[in-house]
Amino acid sequence: MNPRLHAAFELLPEYLGWHVLLSLSALALGLTISLPLAVAASRSPRLRWPVLALASLIQTIPSLALLALFYPLLLALSALSAAMTGRGFSALGFLPSLLALTLYSILPILRNGVAGITGVDPAISEAADGVGMTSRQKLTQVELPLAAPVIMAGVRTAAVWTIGAATLSTPVGQTSLGNYIFAGLQTENWVFVLFGCAASAVLALAADQLLGLVETGARTRRRGLVIAGLAGIVIGAGAALAPLATFGQHAAYTVGAKNFSEQYILAELMASRLERAGARVSRKEDLGSAVAYRALAAGEIDVYVDYSGTLWTNVLGRTDNPGRKAVLDQLTAELKRRDGVLVLGSLGFENAYAFVMRPDRAAALGVASLADLAREAPRLKLGSDLEFLSRPEWEAVDAAYGLTFRSERAYQPTFMYRALAAGDADVISAFSSDGRIAADKLVVLTDPKGAIPPYDAVVLVSPKAAADPRLVEALRPLVGAIPVEAMRAANYSVDRDAGKATPGEAARALERAIAAN
Amino acid sequence: MAAFIELTGVSKRYGDQAALDGIGLSVGEGQFVALVGGSGSGKTTLLKTINRLIRPDAGEVAVAGEDVSASAPHLLRRRIGYVFQEVGLFPHLTVAENIGVTPRLLGWDKPRIAARVSDLLELVALPREVGDRPPAALSGGQRQRVGVARALAAEPRLMLMDEPFGALDPVTRDALGADYRALHERLGLTTVMVTHDMAEAVLLADRIVVLKAGRILADGAPADLLAQSRDPDVRALLEAPKRQAERLRQRLGA
Repeated sequence: MNPRLHAAFELLPEYLGWHVLLSLSALALGLTISLPLAVAASRSPRLRWPVLALASLIQTIPSLALLALFYPLLLALSALSAAMTGRGFSALGFLPSLLALTLYSILPILRNGVAGITGVDPAISEAADGVGMTSRQKLTQVELPLAAPVIMAGVRTAAVWTIGAATLSTPVGQTSLGNYIFAGLQTENWVFVLFGCAASAVLALAADQLLGLVETGARTRRRGLVIAGLAGIVIGAGAALAPLATFGQHAAYTVGAKNFSEQYILAELMASRLERAGARVSRKEDLGSAVAYRALAAGEIDVYVDYSGTLWTNVLGRTDNPGRKAVLDQLTAELKRRDGVLVLGSLGFENAYAFVMRPDRAAALGVASLADLAREAPRLKLGSDLEFLSRPEWEAVDAAYGLTFRSERAYQPTFMYRALAAGDADVISAFSSDGRIAADKLVVLTDPKGAIPPYDAVVLVSPKAAADPRLVEALRPLVGAIPVEAMRAANYSVDRDAGKATPGEAARALERAIAAN
Repeated sequence: MAAFIELTGVSKRYGDQAALDGIGLSVGEGQFVALVGGSGSGKTTLLKTINRLIRPDAGEVAVAGEDVSASAPHLLRRRIGYVFQEVGLFPHLTVAENIGVTPRLLGWDKPRIAARVSDLLELVALPREVGDRPPAALSGGQRQRVGVARALAAEPRLMLMDEPFGALDPVTRDALGADYRALHERLGLTTVMVTHDMAEAVLLADRIVVLKAGRILADGAPADLLAQSRDPDVRALLEAPKRQAERLRQRLGA
């Protein structure tokens, strides 16, 4: 078998299990909320309009945004709960995903529920009153059975939506089939992307068919079909959930990673060291940049790698640049004081924002520095990664040099390099540790005014894990051990087009390179 | 005869429109009363105040000496049979389950319900095997027979019927009307039936109550009304079937 396909299948039990658990819980919770709501809304026309309008409004929020919005909300709630009861809860992972997906599942069930109940023939409703049913008996014995096929159709729609949208829970730290897609997109592992899409599509189709069986059974009043459909769902869910019982139960440490190759490789490197120290380790990958630090401060992940400049500007809100060492020192003191976060130390390389051009283009325009670039910018097209243009670093550079480009466009990092090669972008916001800079012989523009802050890669340890000598001792040897050339080579081995390595393989190669030094 | 149903000063308004305007009516046990009148006369509203499907704005309704607003409406309705034009059989239940619904709500045990359903199918002249079928498999006349059986299932003493045979073809309608009148006698029921068909009222009822704009225009036995009423509307209503019958006799040459 293709080794990547083999790797994908190995991850399937864990990813699928979480995906099923998440979708099933969201659907069950959605059903318990929307059914009583549908009954209430069908009884009261005054309630019906606002309830349906609100559910429709929620549906218009893009799923990824809805998932992202729950994280800060839950974080605030957790802080409140910690202040009031002394116990917080995890704002990352399962809970925000569950709540967002639950909200998504409400509309189809609610809408069909109201349609089904209000659609009951008035003569049948009058007969139910006439034979002496109470309001509750009328609901359970007449209205709900008659509305069941319509409600089931709503449940089917909700199930398909929920299973599809659950792939988006990966960036808020919940393992799902989306892990294949997000990781695959970053490392250009198309086998993973396709595998993730196919797995969630097959899951959605299977759920749809089984629920369709229940719907047909309800419509044609064949109890056998209803039982067969429900039994299929129970058996399928049971089979998918069984492996979860053995996963990540007693993981001592959680290693976090943001969503690019260098982060995956470093996470694997740290995880393997911790595992050799005898600990069980779980991983939370593809975290958003802001989510990762907060998750660490809240103790939801124990360790990850971030960059001094990012923390300097985004966490501390600083815009000045006192120099590489001063930034690192102040950061170490300030994060400790503020959040109890331990800055274990710099890994030994920088991954700074760098403006990069093709050598032929840079030579033709006579551009070697950002000051030269400011002169030519009105004729040039800037390609950036998805977040750069909204980051304070860009503001700082813009303020220092006054860069006004002909156009600015955001890309996934991989596609940004393609755009530069193809001439769709004249200059891109790259990362200095990216292996592709050396491999493509790209020109890094100098920063004479020192507007771009330093970006030393630093290992951050959560307040709780900072007091854990096993973790600290296992990771301390990494401090100062990774030269930028070694990191570039590792990144390139994952990012290159042909003969790609997996992040795990790159981490092992990097470890050997460190040991040889 | 003691009054079995007693209405005093019953009024009901829908917006500016008075559907019932101070109705007083007393029905003796065992009577078969037809409520007649044009559309909008208030006859259906009047009928529904008796089993509290409609709550009057003012006035009192008593059945068997008990104020109907004194107990929960669903308990009242389990003691009163109710049949209406659309029948309203439950499509997700079999014919037998439809007939047995009120006894089941009253908590009868299964064998008793089964025996009762079987008796009722015979009473309304339906073959026993119909019981296992869904209502959709029945003809219109059969469906209304099931409707009557369902209303009679919990052995009520009072039957309320709202144009029960209005949607049926004339032959079925005639047969079903005659069959029901026989049941009324045999079971000693008190029946209040709304109809817009004067011939049906004359043929089935002991007493006709004529309504117009929420008031009682005339009240009496069919023959007495025809002989005594001076009101032109009442006379027109009552003479219509008589004229029809005479014309029929002339044309058919009987």
